Amino acid sequence: MPGKLKAKVVAGRHLPVMDRASDLTDAFVEVKFGTTTFKTDVCPKSLNPQWNSEWFKFEVDDEDLQDEPLQITVLDHDTYSANDAIGKVYIDIDPLLCSEAATVISGWFPIYDTIHGIRGEINVLVKVDLFNDLNRFRQSSCGVKFFCTTSIPRCFRAVLIHGFVEELVVNEDPEYQWIDRIRTPRASNEARQRLISLMSGELQRKIGLKVLEMGGNAVVGYLQCFDLEGESGLVVRAIGTACTLDKISSTYTAAIVQNLSNSSPSKDMKDSPQAVPSALGCRSTHSSPVHSASSRLSQGFSVSVPTLLFAGMKNRHRSSEGPRARQCRAGFGEEAPGVPLSSGPPTPLRAQTFSSFSPSKSYSRQSSSSDTELSLTPKTARICLSPSSPIHQCKSSPIPTTKVPRSTTPPPLHVSQSDTAMLRKSVSFSEDLLLVASGMGSGGSAGKEAGPLKALLRQQTQSALEQREFPFFTLTGFPPAFLLHVGGVVSARSVKLLDRIHNPDEPETRDAWWEELRQEIKSHAKALGCHAVVGYSESTSICEEVCILSASGTAAILSSRFVQDGALDTDHRLSRQQASVFTTGAEKGEGVMGSSASLGFEDVAPPACGFCHIPYDELNMPFPAQLTYCHCCRRHKVPDVLFTTIDVPTEANVTGKGCLIQARLCRTKKKGQGEGNATAISNLLPFLEYELHTQLLNKLKLRGMNALFGLRVQISVGDTMLLGLASATGVYLTALPSPGGIQIAGKTPNDITYEQHISNMQKKINDTIAKNKELYEINPPEFVEEVIGSPIPEPRQRSRLFRSHSESSDEVLELDLSHGKKDAFVLEIDDTDAIEDIHSLLTDAPTPPGFYSCNTEIMPGIYNWTSGLQMFTSVRVFRLSNANLTNQGLNKIFNDLCENLLKSLYFKLRSMVPCCLCHVNFIVAVPEDELIQVAVTAVAMSFDKDQSQENGRQSGDKTLMKAITENEEQLQFPLELSAESPSNPLSCAKGLSEVSGPLPSARAPSVDHSSFTDRCSSWIEQLRLKAHTIRRGSIKTMSSLEKASPVPEGRSRSLRSNRSCPGSSITVVKMTPLSFIPGAKIIKYLGIINMFFIRETTSLREEGGVSGFLHSFIAEVFAMVRAHVAALGGNAVVSYSMKECVFMENPNKNQAQCLINVSGDAVIFIRESELEATPSQTQSGNVQTSSNGEGT
Amino acid sequence: MSVELDVFVGNTTIMDKEVYQLWLNGYTVNDAVKVRMEGGVMEECEASAEVLLSDTMDQFRTFQMCERLLQNPAKLANQLLFQIPPDRQAMLIERYYAFADAFVREVLGKKLSKGTKKDLDDVSAKTGITLKSCRRQFDNFKRVFKVVEELKGPLVENIRQHFLLPDQLARDYAAIVFFANNRFETGKKKLQYLTFQDFAFCAGQLINNWTVGAVDNMVEDMDVDLDKEFLQDLKDLKILIADKDLLDQHKSLVCVALRGKTKVFNEMETNFKNLSRGLVNIAAKLTNPKDVRDFFIDLVEKFIEPCKSDRWTATDVNLYLTHYTNSAHILDSFKYQTVWTRYMGVIKSCILRMYHE
Repeated sequence: MPGKLKAKVVAGRHLPVMDRASDLTDAFVEVKFGTTTFKTDVCPKSLNPQWNSEWFKFEVDDEDLQDEPLQITVLDHDTYSANDAIGKVYIDIDPLLCSEAATVISGWFPIYDTIHGIRGEINVLVKVDLFNDLNRFRQSSCGVKFFCTTSIPRCFRAVLIHGFVEELVVNEDPEYQWIDRIRTPRASNEARQRLISLMSGELQRKIGLKVLEMGGNAVVGYLQCFDLEGESGLVVRAIGTACTLDKISSTYTAAIVQNLSNSSPSKDMKDSPQAVPSALGCRSTHSSPVHSASSRLSQGFSVSVPTLLFAGMKNRHRSSEGPRARQCRAGFGEEAPGVPLSSGPPTPLRAQTFSSFSPSKSYSRQSSSSDTELSLTPKTARICLSPSSPIHQCKSSPIPTTKVPRSTTPPPLHVSQSDTAMLRKSVSFSEDLLLVASGMGSGGSAGKEAGPLKALLRQQTQSALEQREFPFFTLTGFPPAFLLHVGGVVSARSVKLLDRIHNPDEPETRDAWWEELRQEIKSHAKALGCHAVVGYSESTSICEEVCILSASGTAAILSSRFVQDGALDTDHRLSRQQASVFTTGAEKGEGVMGSSASLGFEDVAPPACGFCHIPYDELNMPFPAQLTYCHCCRRHKVPDVLFTTIDVPTEANVTGKGCLIQARLCRTKKKGQGEGNATAISNLLPFLEYELHTQLLNKLKLRGMNALFGLRVQISVGDTMLLGLASATGVYLTALPSPGGIQIAGKTPNDITYEQHISNMQKKINDTIAKNKELYEINPPEFVEEVIGSPIPEPRQRSRLFRSHSESSDEVLELDLSHGKKDAFVLEIDDTDAIEDIHSLLTDAPTPPGFYSCNTEIMPGIYNWTSGLQMFTSVRVFRLSNANLTNQGLNKIFNDLCENLLKSLYFKLRSMVPCCLCHVNFIVAVPEDELIQVAVTAVAMSFDKDQSQENGRQSGDKTLMKAITENEEQLQFPLELSAESPSNPLSCAKGLSEVSGPLPSARAPSVDHSSFTDRCSSWIEQLRLKAHTIRRGSIKTMSSLEKASPVPEGRSRSLRSNRSCPGSSITVVKMTPLSFIPGAKIIKYLGIINMFFIRETTSLREEGGVSGFLHSFIAEVFAMVRAHVAALGGNAVVSYSMKECVFMENPNKNQAQCLINVSGDAVIFIRESELEATPSQTQSGNVQTSSNGEGT
Repeated sequence: MSVELDVFVGNTTIMDKEVYQLWLNGYTVNDAVKVRMEGGVMEECEASAEVLLSDTMDQFRTFQMCERLLQNPAKLANQLLFQIPPDRQAMLIERYYAFADAFVREVLGKKLSKGTKKDLDDVSAKTGITLKSCRRQFDNFKRVFKVVEELKGPLVENIRQHFLLPDQLARDYAAIVFFANNRFETGKKKLQYLTFQDFAFCAGQLINNWTVGAVDNMVEDMDVDLDKEFLQDLKDLKILIADKDLLDQHKSLVCVALRGKTKVFNEMETNFKNLSRGLVNIAAKLTNPKDVRDFFIDLVEKFIEPCKSDRWTATDVNLYLTHYTNSAHILDSFKYQTVWTRYMGVIKSCILRMYHE
């Protein structure tokens, strides 16, 4: 009985009138957790009832605590008929399970009904008491922190980055069950909401287990998605990056220690000076003796090995390119052995000719994996069609991978050899594993029912393997010096036919699908000479029974600093397991052990331009590219263009400003069914991707830039069309050569008018480029050309690069541009298509003056953000009235739709000028035959114009560093401070009371909601006055005091109730898709917000039509997110994203339905202006971290 | 091809003051777009008509969704649906409750009933204010009336607290409520020259001096109903005109004081009895609700018009009324000094306000 959940219903307000006669409501509340339900008394005849209930206590497993939400239902009591439900509140308990996050949930929650929307509010208090869990076979993973943020969260320091974790769970979709017919929409909506809430709880728990298994204590870049597969079910899947994080700025020792104790016992030892055991909070100490032994062992290694390796490597790094590259490869080989689970025979083949085996492989895989299911569904043979199968060259489209496309020339001999060897090893191993796994129920299927031993085995084997298997990182921002080199974008897609998931406990097919895709990605990365994939993400697009799975990331070489230990860690565990569990693991184990020694890379902090340097061997380039010497260091080679899915590294030298670049494309397709449809789609995909890529490249050149960051290609499938949208932020990397212009070549050079037309266009293009250069302030320093090549590529080579996108297909021959004898990038106008393209190139409206936009976290070149912040979501649905549209027509419509949407945004936000739209995230969908839906979520941030000009450059850099990566300082501070680290808490406390005196007067001038400022300052004053009664960790300035005098739990509320200002009882909650808030410091992460809502209406017209309906729904979703954050004690959501917005309408029936899924991290931030007054706290905050900075 | 759905939702609700005003004014989306285009916002921001239309629609929808909250401004502050900075909230409320003088003059003193609401299209036609806007303003009046009707305590304060209105606006609403409650006639032709602010001023005077609240501040309706006892007492003032001696005495005292101080002395002297009779009669009749309604007409007919025809200046009126009031205090046999002061204080300031030269 490891947990006691307590809930108290305080009051309600603004309830709807449920009794027409009296115009009042007799409300009562049901509080349900799991299968236990409590009820409050009826509060008769009131729209603002005061229940003030007792504490309802639920004694539950912590496993349930993680899975289940607390359900609060508000009902209207009816004496004669059934009680009417007013609405519900689902409260995710998870933040309370992590000792470091919130300690209590308390506040007003909107009462939500799927038919009526928000109907009043209810004030609830929730607490959890956790007991130590000593069960060695437990299924829960309390205490693992989850972050949506795709970089190391602000107030943490990465000790280790373990790597990729993934999990998926499937279930029947309640909406699609037969029972639906006799159910009200409300009932099925609620069933769905509840199910998804349960599933994501379960998913999170399972991921948590994997993290614990890897020895981590947190998941960063947690990305959870729902696939509404319709009749075939509902899939909830998640990926993330397991890390071991250390709190930096905080001084709540207890919390930290607790947190660390979660990760592994050996950690505890390291942190022992602060080890203050706490009674509260979850204990996830691994009680399995075997396990803890292994992790201790690995820890021992982790301390000593890196230093050894680094020392050895340092010199070599300086020497030359060659050895380094080879080393990378070796490293990768080590990472590689994971290829398993691709049980197909052709695997060895694969290494030699990466791209030419697709059909056989996919089919064989299909047959092998669907053995069992075939018998159940004989008529729906599953087809794994790779998009590019028609070309018979590459399995799934290699195209989006700008730099990636694997050349048809076979890779260097020595590499392939070593690879095959490696692969062979792993195959033999994996087959064994497959047997074991299938025998035990793999892929996150072993739920509560599965035997504990079985589950344990599964977790250990799986997570250990997968760690080896996929060196993927969902992070897009990295600790300094983590990212060594970037190869380019790698992506893979595959088209699948959905069929019913027969056994939700065995989601192997879905697992296998993703597995396949990840392997693909991995091999792409390998082809680029990279051993890791960063900025990794996965997505799906579903239309009827066809599903496109996409995965993409950026191939990279990472510093071993953060990964190394993790890898070793698993190595050992793996080998141990092999010894104990698998009989055939010996060979593999040896291989791993052997290679781990050679794993190390140089650990010298790379120069700022380092990540631009090519990771692959210059002599054996994976694809033809134009290399030049780096324009920064002049020593290493760089490519001419660089595409990535990550954020602009903070150390990168960027000339001028960046801008949002989008490629948009529509392709019609015939309606089809089943296999035929899937084939048609996969036939179209490569062309779509190719064109998207061309567009991107053209637009990039048109802006005089040479690199794309945050690239996200989205392909959406509809019945009659495919939509492609690629968004990225273009920048000019100083290290890369200046891009050449764009040259137009006509096909009929004899025609004079045509010539004229061409030259006109050419002039226009040249003008645009010049204008853009001015607009984005791109004036790179002159670069003295060196021998190896001009910045402007030779035409021939250029074209080769171009061609490489879709290898040797016929199409490429047509597009071979080698005859264009111009000095630059050549566009040939040979048909109307091309003219259209160029037109669209030129019609992309520039952003209005004062506006910038990007889809990365921040805009390079802008540093001095003000506190002006406006997050928004905008949705548009466009109806195509004419079904017989040509591709061009469609393209134009789609293009206009996106352009107009952007224009509208600029207009809406004009009052914030000068401002930048950051993290612009487009989601396109084809909800129906003739509908195109585009949803945008972004944040507009205003900045200070004056400083951002000339003089701002220097100080700006500083601000940038400060604002973007606190990691830097986080890493340095501890060392500097370590001498005085054991500073006694009392002196700190004294310091606090001194400095906090002037605080209230030092109000943040920048806070836009005055009420909040008031609250904050009065709050801080409160802190000072009531220092000894304040809750643990509620604010940073307090924490040192706390150490001196631990606080009784019960007092926790006093703070929050006191600080609320008299005027309004509502906390202002900021929301942003970014991981930080400009001008403010995040002092505490309160937990992940992951919410799923359904709203339905049967009176669409009355609610203001589709727009009115969706408008209020989105507003409601925001309101509920804010309310939950406020209830956790937070004042902002960072890394907010809307992952799903499925809108369906039936105007004839006056009905509409919408599903929205949002997520983010709830945080407490305080303005920097307030922080500056308390420097002593910052220092003391860094103290703990110093003791375990072994990796740095 | 058409945009089927188009929404924009900000975490902080974005509202453009100008568009809000257009919405309040009851414009249709298309009219509002036209107005905005003429206003030049397009050139300013390089926007197209399409963009403008989308923005206008979106904001109108936002306002519509907010309207429910605006009708209960206290809710606006603690609702969760829209995150609106406090200063914006205040602006929204203030503008929502603002009204057009032209409109209020039409309904001032009328019963705030369904019947009146039905006639709003006439009002709309007459004033050129859109029917929608008329309805909003009328509903505001009615809503405020209904809420404060049942509350104890000072009227203005109640309105200010309940509807979070700024002081001046709260006073205006108090006047409207006061007029509606007492059904003062304000629509007659003779009263057309008076502005709402004139009436509001008079209402303020009446509320502060003649209502129950002027003597007792914890009664229901204290500021809305005139003090019955006081009205009863006013009957006693009749002696000033009924008693011939007293009337003469009063006249001579006033004349002595005024002589040589004004150009219209002669007219004052001749009209004294008429004017005095007028004012005292008004006082004496106020127990009758019908005569309360005609209070302002009576003031105009019995006092303002005669003075105007004799070309008194405002200073003359002030002078006259001052001495008229003060002289009564010197009259030995006149015993109703307090009532007289309470009555004449209001009468004097009302007349002065209503006396437009």
